[in-house]
Amino acid sequence: MQAVTQATMEFMKEYRTPLICGFVIVAVLPLIVGYVVLVERKIMADMQARLGPMRVGPHGLLQPIADAVKLLIKEDIIPDDADKLVFWLAPVLSVGAALLAIAGLAIGPAFQIAQGINIGILFVVGVSAMGIFGIVLGGWASNSHYSLIGALRSSAQLVSYETAAGMALVCGLLFAGTLNITSIVQAQYDQGIWFGLLAPVAFFVYLVASIAETNRAPFDLPEAESELVAGYMTEFSGFRWSLYFLAEYTNMIVVASVATTLFLGGWLRPFPRTHWLTWKSTGMDFFDFLPALLMVVVGAYCLARTPKQPVRVQQLFMLAVAGMCFAAAAVLAAPVIVPFVKPSLAAAVKPLYEGIHGGFWFICKVGLYIYFFMWVRFTLPRYRFDQLMRLGWHFLIPLSIINVLLIGIAMIIGSYYHLNGWWLLLATIPASIIALIIALFILALEQKGQPQKAAGAAPDSYA
Amino acid sequence: MPKAYLPVLIYAVLVMAFPAVTLVFAKLLRPDSTSYGPKLQPYECGIAPEGHARGRYSVRFYIIAMLFVVFDVETMFLFPWAILYRGWVMAHLGLFALISMFVFLGILLIGYVWLYKKGALEWA
Repeated sequence: MQAVTQATMEFMKEYRTPLICGFVIVAVLPLIVGYVVLVERKIMADMQARLGPMRVGPHGLLQPIADAVKLLIKEDIIPDDADKLVFWLAPVLSVGAALLAIAGLAIGPAFQIAQGINIGILFVVGVSAMGIFGIVLGGWASNSHYSLIGALRSSAQLVSYETAAGMALVCGLLFAGTLNITSIVQAQYDQGIWFGLLAPVAFFVYLVASIAETNRAPFDLPEAESELVAGYMTEFSGFRWSLYFLAEYTNMIVVASVATTLFLGGWLRPFPRTHWLTWKSTGMDFFDFLPALLMVVVGAYCLARTPKQPVRVQQLFMLAVAGMCFAAAAVLAAPVIVPFVKPSLAAAVKPLYEGIHGGFWFICKVGLYIYFFMWVRFTLPRYRFDQLMRLGWHFLIPLSIINVLLIGIAMIIGSYYHLNGWWLLLATIPASIIALIIALFILALEQKGQPQKAAGAAPDSYA
Repeated sequence: MPKAYLPVLIYAVLVMAFPAVTLVFAKLLRPDSTSYGPKLQPYECGIAPEGHARGRYSVRFYIIAMLFVVFDVETMFLFPWAILYRGWVMAHLGLFALISMFVFLGILLIGYVWLYKKGALEWA
C-alpha cells in the first residue's frame, strides 16, 4: 500500500504541470466556448446594428450559463430508427477529438500538456481531423436524409481542404525545421520574424482551408440551414447537440492556435528580437510595456464612458470592466517593473514574465484569428457545394503545391546570399509575388473554363 | 520517448470522461422523455419522411475520397522533407533536396493535370 502511495506521489510530482493543465483545460474550455459564442453573437449584433443578447445578466453576460442550464434539462430525443449506440457515441467522439487536439498546443512556454513530444503539430492536425468520424457517424446514425447529406458534405469538405492546409503547414515548417511546437516558436524567436510574414501565401491558404475544415461560414455547407435544416446535427437535441457545438468551437480554437504557433509567432511579442527602446540594465523593451499600456487605455476608455450610460446597472458594469482592465494591467506590468525596482529579483521574475506575457500575446493572436473567422462569417454569403469543391481542388491545392516549391527556391537563394531574419524577405517576397501571379492566372483559367450552365438544368440533388 | 506521451494518455481519459459524465449528469437532471409517434420520426420539414435515409448517394464523394488518399499521402511525404530541408539548405545542399522534391511533386502534378483534364475534379 505504501509503495503504491509513494509511486503515485512520484508520478504526481513528475507530471504535475501537464495534469494541472489538463484539468484546467477540461474544466474551463466549455466556459470559454460559451463566452466565445456570446462574443460572436454580440459582434454579429453590432455588425447588423442590433444589441444582441441583453436580458440575462448585464449586457447578456450570463447568457452562456443560462444556455448551458437550458441544454442540460432539455428533453433528449432519439429518433425511432436511429442506431442508438452510435447516436450516443458520435458526439462524444467529436468533442473528444477536438479537446484531445489541445494537448499538443502550447499557450505559453510552460503551459502545455504534451511537453516534448517531437511530432507536435502533426499530432494536433491528425487528432483534430479525427473529429470528422463523430460527424459522419452522427449523420449516419440519425437515419435522416438531411443528416446523412450534411455528414457526407462535411467529410468531403474536410478531405478536400486537408491537403491544401497540410501543404500550407509544410511551407511554415520549411522555415522552422522541426515539428515540436516549442521549437517552432523558438525558431521564430531565433530568426526574429514570424513565418507568416515570410510565407504570406501559405498563411492565406491555411486561413481559407481552416475556415472550411471547421465548417464555418462561408463554407458551412454541412449545416446550411437554408438547405439541410441543421445538417448532421438535425436529429440531435439537448446536451448531445451542445457537445457537437462545443466540438465545433473547440476546433476553431485549435486551428487558430496552430496558425498562431506556426505563422504568427506563438507566444512571442511582435518583433521578438527587435529592440528599439531598451533599458540596458533590465533588458526590458518598449514592447514589453505594450500589453499593460493597452489594458490601461481600454480601462480608461471604459471609465470615460461610464457617466454616459443611461441605466445605473450599466454604469456599474462599465466600472467593473474598467476595474478588471486595470487589474489585468497591473498583473501584466508587475513582472516588467519589478526588475527596475529590485534588480536582484529580475531572475526570479523571468519565468513569471514569460508565462504572463506569453499567454497574453498568444490569446490576443488566437482572439484576432477567431474574430477574423466571425467577420468573414457575417460578411460573405455561403458558397454552393460545387463552388466550394472547385475552390479547393482547382485553386488552393495547385497554389499550395507551387508555393512550397517557390518557398524552397527562395530559401536556397537566401542561403546563397546569406540572408537571415528580416533580410530573408528579399527572397521570399518575390516568391510570394510569383505565387500571387500564378494564383491570378489559375483564377483566370477557371473563369474561362467554367461551364456555362444552361438555365433550368437539373440541379444535383445529392451535392 | 513513449514516456512523453503518458500525460497525453491521461488527458485522453480525462477528455473522454468529460462528455460521458456530462451526458449522464444531464440524464439524471432532465425529465424523462414522454415523446411518441411522429415526434420520434426523422425531421423532414413537417412531412412524413420519404423512405430510408441510408440509401445510395452520389458517387462523387467516393472519387473525392480516393483523390484525397493520393494527395494526403503526398503531403505526409512532404513533412519529413520539410523538416530536413532547412539543414540541407544551411549545408548548401539545398538544390539537391529541392530537385528531388521537384521530381516527386512533378509526377504528382502530371497526375493532377490528367485528373483535371478528365474532369474528376469537377463536381457538377
